[in-house]
Amino acid sequence: MVLVCAALAFLVLLLITILIFRDGFSALLEIGLGNFLFGTEWIPSAGKYGISTFILNSVFLTLGTLALAAPLGVGCAIFLAEVAPYRVRQAVRPATDLLVGIPSVVYGLVGMTLLCPLIADLSGGGSGHCLLAAIIVVTIMVLPTVVSISEDSLRAVPREYKEGALALGATHWQVIRKVMLPAARPGIVSALILGMGRAIGEALAAYMVIGNAFAMIHSPLDPARTLTSHIVGEIPEIAVGSLQFRALFATGIVLLVIILAFNSIGFITRRRS
Amino acid sequence: MASRIKKSLMFPLAALIILGLTSVSGCGGGGDGGSEVALTGTITESGSTSVKPLAEALAAAFMDKYPKVKIEIGGGGSGKGISDCAAGISDIGAVSRPPKIGEADLIYYPIARDAVAIVVNEDNSVTELTTEQVAKIYTGDITKWSEVGWANGGDITVYCREAGSGTLDCFEHGVLREIGKKEADITPNAERYDSNAGMQIAVQADASAIGFVSLGYVEGLKVLKLDGIECTIETCKSGDYPVLRRLAFVSKACPDEPTKAFINFCRSEEGQAIAAEKGYVPLT
Repeated sequence: MVLVCAALAFLVLLLITILIFRDGFSALLEIGLGNFLFGTEWIPSAGKYGISTFILNSVFLTLGTLALAAPLGVGCAIFLAEVAPYRVRQAVRPATDLLVGIPSVVYGLVGMTLLCPLIADLSGGGSGHCLLAAIIVVTIMVLPTVVSISEDSLRAVPREYKEGALALGATHWQVIRKVMLPAARPGIVSALILGMGRAIGEALAAYMVIGNAFAMIHSPLDPARTLTSHIVGEIPEIAVGSLQFRALFATGIVLLVIILAFNSIGFITRRRS
Repeated sequence: MASRIKKSLMFPLAALIILGLTSVSGCGGGGDGGSEVALTGTITESGSTSVKPLAEALAAAFMDKYPKVKIEIGGGGSGKGISDCAAGISDIGAVSRPPKIGEADLIYYPIARDAVAIVVNEDNSVTELTTEQVAKIYTGDITKWSEVGWANGGDITVYCREAGSGTLDCFEHGVLREIGKKEADITPNAERYDSNAGMQIAVQADASAIGFVSLGYVEGLKVLKLDGIECTIETCKSGDYPVLRRLAFVSKACPDEPTKAFINFCRSEEGQAIAAEKGYVPLT
């Protein structure tokens, strides 16, 4: 019975992958892998299907999220694991776990109605829909994951390490920096990789705040279009089966490969710990 | 290329001529006399967001008349309307553009006409643009509000819909084509939104914005005169306002009884009166 369920789950995954490849692969052949991956323009009516700007924007979004989520998430984890009184931890930890379950559309709505107008005010005009808005929204979305995994791995550091260092006269901060963090590093790294995987795959919340313009961005305050927001934006209106439709599936293949790579790296680092 | 464009225009045109004046009938169905009372079932509809407010009003009126029929109205865009209907996910697809070559072969029933209004933020001091100015703003040839009469307007933020949108299709034909440009010529800096409501909210919040929406979504926005012509139901009816398109339902060749009755209701005098009341332009 268990075997049947497991086989079924695997089969569904396999079917999804086959479906994406079936539609996407023919488009890749028709467009040419080089034109597809390195082309800078997406103008279907002119036969141009280049997704390099979308790939770059997805990378920017992911790196931006990492730059914000790493210090905030790890800092929060250190606070919860080492500094916070028991009662504070009892209140904060369930709250972070709860945040993981909030649907992304809610984050997108809050970003659209609060964050974007704020950015527009501060940056002097425009819509406020931009890469920075998406980075902030996605950071808030991945923080709970980063915090809870990092905190768990900090707590998993053997007590003796900490007590030994304290006995040698190290201050609490020295213990955290020189002993706890290095010992918990594999766990923290895999937490960050998981967070980045989520950032690159996030579609709806990003679509609602990122502006989705086709042009290459010059600053984080420009509207951008990522791999996911591109698929979300175009797929509802496109003629099913057309080259443009299949090219969106090919975009899905690229996304699938990137996320697989991320998860594999995360898996390997976790295995090593 | 030219012949392809011609073809893609010819097909819906022909469909219109053939179907435009007839109602849904045939398909081996019997007399309509006694069947009305027994009308029961669920009708599902999905597709164009431009059609959605109209479809909701028509559905409410129809369900009042036939309490045993339940109509579910969804959104998703014209492309989704066609693919859902073809796949049997919905009984009726809503479209604000004619089906394209390569899309499923469905039957096309116009239910109303609708204008695409050129809109700006209420703080904008511009009240009127020419078609050429609007087109040039969208192609990126005009980038500052000061070039079109708003000295302190700063940079123009261009808002656009996603490719395949019926509203964008109408905008392309009514505005961009007037100066020989196409959808592909729209500036890459244009921000893209996936629905009329998304565009409406964005333009409401941005003083530097220009956008285009279905006439049903202009609340809280300033509608610009185009070449001196206001965008109202009267100017659309008279044919003076140029950016106009047909809203339609599509269905498979032989829809079931409730679906058939609903489409006929939408196209009846009663249905057309509801369309006019909701701010759409009736078919005739």
